[in-house]
Amino acid sequence: MSVSPIHTRIWLEEPEADNPFATRAAHCHGYDVYGQMLGRARWADMVYLLFRGEAPSAQQAQLFDALAVALANPGPRDPAVHAAMCGGVGGSTAAACLIAALAVGAGQSGGAREVFLVMRDWADCGTDLSAWQRRIAQPPVLPDDVWPVQEHPAGFDPNGLRTPTVVVQALTVLASLSTGPCLPWLSAHLAELEAEAGLPLAMTGVAAAALVDLGFGPEEGEMLHLLLRLPGSAVHALEQWRYGFKRFPFYPVDLQDDPAKEAA
Amino acid sequence: MNMNGPERLKQAAGKLTTKVGAAFPGTRAVFRGHDLHTGFEEKMGWFDLCAFGITGRRLQPAQLQVLEAIWVWTSYPDARIWNNRVAGLGGSTRTTPVLAMSAAQAVSEATIYGRRNEFKALAFFKRTHDEMQAGSSLGECIDRHLKQQGKLAGYGRPLASRDERIEPTMTLARKLGVGDGPHVTLAFEVERYLASVGKPLSMNFGALVSAFGADFGFSPRDYNLLYFPVFLAGMQPCYVEAVEKPPGTLFPTSCADVCYEGVAKRGWPA
Repeated sequence: MSVSPIHTRIWLEEPEADNPFATRAAHCHGYDVYGQMLGRARWADMVYLLFRGEAPSAQQAQLFDALAVALANPGPRDPAVHAAMCGGVGGSTAAACLIAALAVGAGQSGGAREVFLVMRDWADCGTDLSAWQRRIAQPPVLPDDVWPVQEHPAGFDPNGLRTPTVVVQALTVLASLSTGPCLPWLSAHLAELEAEAGLPLAMTGVAAAALVDLGFGPEEGEMLHLLLRLPGSAVHALEQWRYGFKRFPFYPVDLQDDPAKEAA
Repeated sequence: MNMNGPERLKQAAGKLTTKVGAAFPGTRAVFRGHDLHTGFEEKMGWFDLCAFGITGRRLQPAQLQVLEAIWVWTSYPDARIWNNRVAGLGGSTRTTPVLAMSAAQAVSEATIYGRRNEFKALAFFKRTHDEMQAGSSLGECIDRHLKQQGKLAGYGRPLASRDERIEPTMTLARKLGVGDGPHVTLAFEVERYLASVGKPLSMNFGALVSAFGADFGFSPRDYNLLYFPVFLAGMQPCYVEAVEKPPGTLFPTSCADVCYEGVAKRGWPA
């Protein structure tokens, strides 16, 4: 053993007899991944187990699966997918396309940090309507950090008019699958919350409630939101490479500080 | 005009409205109101241009010299350091140079060192300086800060108790006449104050670097943008050396080098 080992409560690997760097068996939170789980566990089971340390119940796995479907592709209008497509269209590496999607999709407006903030709000407000109304009216002042200052109530769409149909559909289906308190409560009190915010619910708000109902903390929820939205970014990046840059928008510019105009 | 969300989006759709610049391929490029190829004097350097691009104002030559020296003095090509290790591991797994550097840079936005530490420290220095100008004592400011923020960024250092970069930086800055601005002075006052109240946390380089940023007129965000590549020169050699060694030989980890502390083995539910 080296002077300073890596510590983990998640993963146990046992070596082959003739090679300490080759794995004979790998256990995830105690479960034999290749000997028992493979072929029996679904992808949602494995991800849930990794993050929560326990296998999900059938209902939790169904909710997690449904959330993954809801988040898998935000579509090419979404800034994170747009960023991935900027990588794809220019022939950037696969990882660069996904890094672009992760970085842009990490933000506080429609991204994973917004999900973190809503999950923190759930931890503070629970299912107390007056606590939510106070939180929406006066978000907490956060410590100094590299994240820009919060500009709208987390979980709501700052550019929306009314709740988009797909958000309502996602909330309805996920709430029907949830065994937790948040999604059903959100569904029941949506009108009051939107009235307080003056904004419609966003998909980040639905995702955050689902992640809380599944037992994840804000840090885990932020990570999962980043992960679960990657498939769409990947395929749209690949698609744009095949379309080619001549069919990808390159926008006209209105340059308001142009020295050529001043000289004319 | 008070627009609602969709109206705001419609107004912005399909074009870029900007004051920071544009490329006109085949003819010219504009950078914050200047023709990039003819509108600046010949000696405009890249670092100078970065600062101008972020803030719209030019730094003084002495300020540029101090900031660039700080970049040099914090470029440690040591692949054990966490962010550099990312660069090295990228080499060891034969990823591309740019992916390895990009990941290592992103990791440098860390809390206990690097960009996040500097952001918090700069915000603290600016706020504390303003509060002291308004009549608060340093002790009151620190108490208030700790109550609101929980921690004091820039004091104490992981892996070491003193910072070897501070002395040469201060020597150069004083030689150039920019070493004793109000925020740098405050940074040392804080260190002395902490020692006087029985918390001997020495100032780390992030605090000094941030204090210079505040003295040179940067906001935390703008300094964050300028300082983004500060560790780069130390990362590149880590990648180069790792990629020149056999694959997988940077910090290989045997099964015995992982200490499992989780639940015991159990059967997967049927």
